[in-house]
Amino acid sequence: MNYLTQAIQWITDPANAAGANGVWARMAEHFLYTVVAVAVAALVAVPLGYLVGHTRRGRGVVVVTSGAARALPTLGVLTLAGLVLGIGLAAPMLALVLLAFPSILAGAYAGVEAIDPVTVDSARGLGLSGWQVLTRVEIPLGLPLLIGGIRSAFLQVVATATLAAYVGAGGLGRFLFLGLKTQDYPQMLAASLLVVALAVAFDIAFESVEWLVRRVVPSGRREASA
Amino acid sequence: MIEFRSVGKTYPDGTIAVADFSLIAPSGRTTVLVGSSGCGKTTLLRMVNRMVSPTSGSVWIDDLDVATTDPVALRRRIGYVMQNAGLLPHRKVIDNIATVPRLTGVSKAAAHVRALELMDLVGLDRAMAGRYPGQLSGGQQQRVGVARGLAADPNILLMDEPFGAVDPIVRAELQQELLRLQRELHKTILFITHDISEALLLGDQIVILRRGADIAQAGSGLEIIARPADEFVAEFVGLGGERQLDIRRVGDVEIVLDGSGRPLGQVSARS
Ligand SMILES: Nc1ncnc2c1ncn2[C@@H]1O[C@H](COP(=O)(O)OP(=O)(O)OP(=O)(O)O)[C@@H](O)[C@H]1O
Ligand SMILES: [Mg+2]
Repeated sequence: MNYLTQAIQWITDPANAAGANGVWARMAEHFLYTVVAVAVAALVAVPLGYLVGHTRRGRGVVVVTSGAARALPTLGVLTLAGLVLGIGLAAPMLALVLLAFPSILAGAYAGVEAIDPVTVDSARGLGLSGWQVLTRVEIPLGLPLLIGGIRSAFLQVVATATLAAYVGAGGLGRFLFLGLKTQDYPQMLAASLLVVALAVAFDIAFESVEWLVRRVVPSGRREASA
Repeated sequence: MIEFRSVGKTYPDGTIAVADFSLIAPSGRTTVLVGSSGCGKTTLLRMVNRMVSPTSGSVWIDDLDVATTDPVALRRRIGYVMQNAGLLPHRKVIDNIATVPRLTGVSKAAAHVRALELMDLVGLDRAMAGRYPGQLSGGQQQRVGVARGLAADPNILLMDEPFGAVDPIVRAELQQELLRLQRELHKTILFITHDISEALLLGDQIVILRRGADIAQAGSGLEIIARPADEFVAEFVGLGGERQLDIRRVGDVEIVLDGSGRPLGQVSARS
């Protein structure tokens, strides 16, 4: 309990808030790392997932590789990448992108795969081209599962982005590793609380996005009222 | 005119859905395919718009082998009413109906006006235009499917059990609507049903199928009822059952009785 009050004192201490090494700056870095890593992963994983879902080809390859990617120990990847790429941001970004990749890929192709085949068949029967089936049927109907995948990617990455500081980059991990070195446990706890707060903020944001999507794109199931 | 020339379809799993089928569906007429479940009706229908490619033979529309056409363009000019409505769940009723006109470049406003007219035609309240398919009953969804099939005003209509899920009263209304439409517009219609009464009502030509899309008999309703080709057809159309009628003289009138002796009506006096 004592640590907790000290941690909160540490967070609310104006001396820790400002400056390039302050809470706000580190929080912004942490936020940025997370967003960039997820965005880069999504840039590749979303088209790939939709391609696999649309063509129904290469599903086995995707399942195996994304399963393997999930099993990679992120700390190991980070160390290895750090050895190759050196100290700085490149190695942790690579590790975070790899971490985000499987969830997004799975969300994208599962979203397409879960669509009732009758729906896709009828769209083709009406005369939609393959591209129109993808953009007007599969992408909108697959959106809820894709967003779910991106959401879980965000949560994994926001927690793991603390490791960036392990190879000399910024983010909230700085306080964690500093606290570890100087045995400043309240500071470590404070850093963890900030990461948790960021994660919760992301989750709330996604909850609202999912709510919105459910309004705009009805799932096709019977709904309660007109 | 739609012509099936010795078409066959064996699905990849080895199922022979259609063995060897030849038929001409004349222009401006309604051809009805009837037969029990799994006899290959849907498979035949889907060969016309290339949703299924035959493993042998060819399908022709007038002088055009459909296998040589662009499937997307082909499908846009053929109205297709699917067996289970197959509506797009994320689009409102009105947008479902307007799908094909929108694809072919009709403005949204014009397509919507037309969609509302079609809703009247199939007996759907215009208030449902803004609903999603998931908020409709099965019968209502089917009517949306029929309206969608008519939306682009195609010359050819493929209708796969379009009235299967509606109640008998609405079904009778829709059948009359189709007859009226056909008297005015003379579409070439391929119509699938399980219901021999529906076939007799709507079909200029009726094709009774056995497993493997083997034609048991093809002809007008009159021909089939007058001269069923064999036991199978007689059984299928209900001769020997409810369609085996009797005439009995009561005083100076003749009345018609059904297969179990219930009176159906009088024979009109010919003067
Ligand atoms: N994609 C497919 N793969 C394998 N077999 C199929 C496929 N589609 C249909 N079949 C089989 O082909 C046969 C004919 O099917 P089809 O759908 O044409 O029948 P149908 O006459 O329309 O039946 P119903 O009246 O029940 O709709 C059936 O035995 C069916 O199981
Ligand atoms: Mg069928």
